[in-house]
Amino acid sequence: MALDPATVRRIVTLARIRLEDAEVPRIQSELNGIIGWIEQLNEVDIDGVEPLTGAAQMALKMRDDAVTDGGYPDKVLSNAPERAGPFYAVPKVVE
Amino acid sequence: MSLTDLSLAAAREGLRRGDFTARELTEAHLTAIEALNPRLNAYVTVMADRALDQADAADAARSRGEDRPLLGLPLAIKDLFCTEGVRTTAASRILGPFVPPYESTVTANLLRDGAVFLGKANLDEFAMGSSNITSAFGPVENPWKRQGDPATVLVPGGSSGGSGAGVAARLALGATGTDTGGSIRQPASFCGIAGIKPTYGRCSRWGIVAFASSLDQAGPMARTVQDCAILLRSMAGHDPKDSTSIDRPVPDYEAACRRSVKGLRIGVPREYRAEGMPAEIERLWEQGLAWLRDAGAEIIEVSLPHTKYGLAAYYIVAPAEASSNLARYDGVRFGLRVEGEDLRDMYERTRAEGFGAEVRRRILIGTYVLSAGYYDAYYLRAQKVRALILRDFTEAFARVDALLTPTAPSAAFAQGEKMDDPVKMYLNDIFTVPASLAGVPGMSVPAGLDGDGLPLGLQVLGRPFDEETVFAVAAAIERAAGFEALPSLRAGA
Repeated sequence: MALDPATVRRIVTLARIRLEDAEVPRIQSELNGIIGWIEQLNEVDIDGVEPLTGAAQMALKMRDDAVTDGGYPDKVLSNAPERAGPFYAVPKVVE
Repeated sequence: MSLTDLSLAAAREGLRRGDFTARELTEAHLTAIEALNPRLNAYVTVMADRALDQADAADAARSRGEDRPLLGLPLAIKDLFCTEGVRTTAASRILGPFVPPYESTVTANLLRDGAVFLGKANLDEFAMGSSNITSAFGPVENPWKRQGDPATVLVPGGSSGGSGAGVAARLALGATGTDTGGSIRQPASFCGIAGIKPTYGRCSRWGIVAFASSLDQAGPMARTVQDCAILLRSMAGHDPKDSTSIDRPVPDYEAACRRSVKGLRIGVPREYRAEGMPAEIERLWEQGLAWLRDAGAEIIEVSLPHTKYGLAAYYIVAPAEASSNLARYDGVRFGLRVEGEDLRDMYERTRAEGFGAEVRRRILIGTYVLSAGYYDAYYLRAQKVRALILRDFTEAFARVDALLTPTAPSAAFAQGEKMDDPVKMYLNDIFTVPASLAGVPGMSVPAGLDGDGLPLGLQVLGRPFDEETVFAVAAAIERAAGFEALPSLRAGA
């Protein structure tokens, strides 16, 4: 399944990464190279195989549904590029 | 002998005997860093003042009669581990200004045991790479040189390239690394040191900048197998803050290094005879098997039939998880922000400028394979192939106690080689990726030199949570190999 320029545009939009029009052909060719290579997986017989979602060979532990941490907004906000009081600040979204 | 030439174990004994102080040991390393780091670029941040404070605190504790497993021992910390109050970048522009207000569990465990942190080690951006070329802070130089060719700069491997080069060049006694598809084992092999990726779940991932959460695992890198054992015992352990961290006792890995391999069954997976693999790597592998046979192990040929599909499955699963994990870098809560016309434009500009080319490429691949209409064809299929790879290992480990393979299909290559095609770079991880997908432990141990005088590692793979057998086998290879070659760029050379 080769990616066309419209698909590349759709993917970069989904990923929220700005891409100049002039860069589309290069990205398209790189992604097609990788996608073409990973399509070798089509050779594998996967009938009846359950997908493996993770490498953890254990049952996940249960814990109490309780708040055990938090209450320090200044620490949480200490790396904010822009803040307004106890809030993160972003460019205006609603007119 | 200079203090920087000591193994971690020997430095521990020297401190206990009072032969030297933690301050002297730390100063020796800081002096070496000052001399060599401008060239090697193994550290992106040197923590000289803090390290000396930690060393003084260690000396004071010792004078009060305290002893802890790592008291006063200076280490490098891969700059993927969050360190409270010290900038943590993941070697990315997007995290350039990030100062974590908390400490990762693994580094907190090391500090609990008395370690001194010399600085934050360079890496491939977000741990995505096999050559340390993708770092926003510039590449790392491998301290090893091809014989008669001191001018050619070789890569240290990656992604833990700063950790590998720094330990090899004696700029630290040991280092933390992380391994998602080979990022501890391949640089260990390229730099002539030892490194272990423990079983998935052995070390907490809390506070480590996430790349692919179902694969990421922390582990130690050091100049001897025993040194790795000492470090892993401190790093590992259950952490309620990581739901995938295992609640099991951490064994005495150092004791495991002294275990005999007599009677162990060692598997040789026939599928690891990669096409075009250099004959000297094939010979070293045979040599490794002969050493283990001489030590009393039984060598058994096994089959891991889905090995050849490991890389392709990995390059779906890892980018898919990365595209999701890296969605958090949006210019709002931490890290870089590039202003735009509106919120969306701000996101897109921030992410375009903040991420390097390889990271952008993997986010786009991950976004594509997870997108509507393609999920079953790529991601679901890759997860099923992953299940088959785990089944291969499970069946092999019913017959054998450990597996022996080469770590990488080549020795360190030059900066600029394999850079034209991303897939060519991905092929470096062909022998390390299957164990990552299956979650089993794997260790690289330096075993010999190639014709150019460059180090080559052998990889020992073990059953889940049986790092002890991995250490026993790796230590047996280390003893038999008597690997004493030194990189030409190193402290005091």
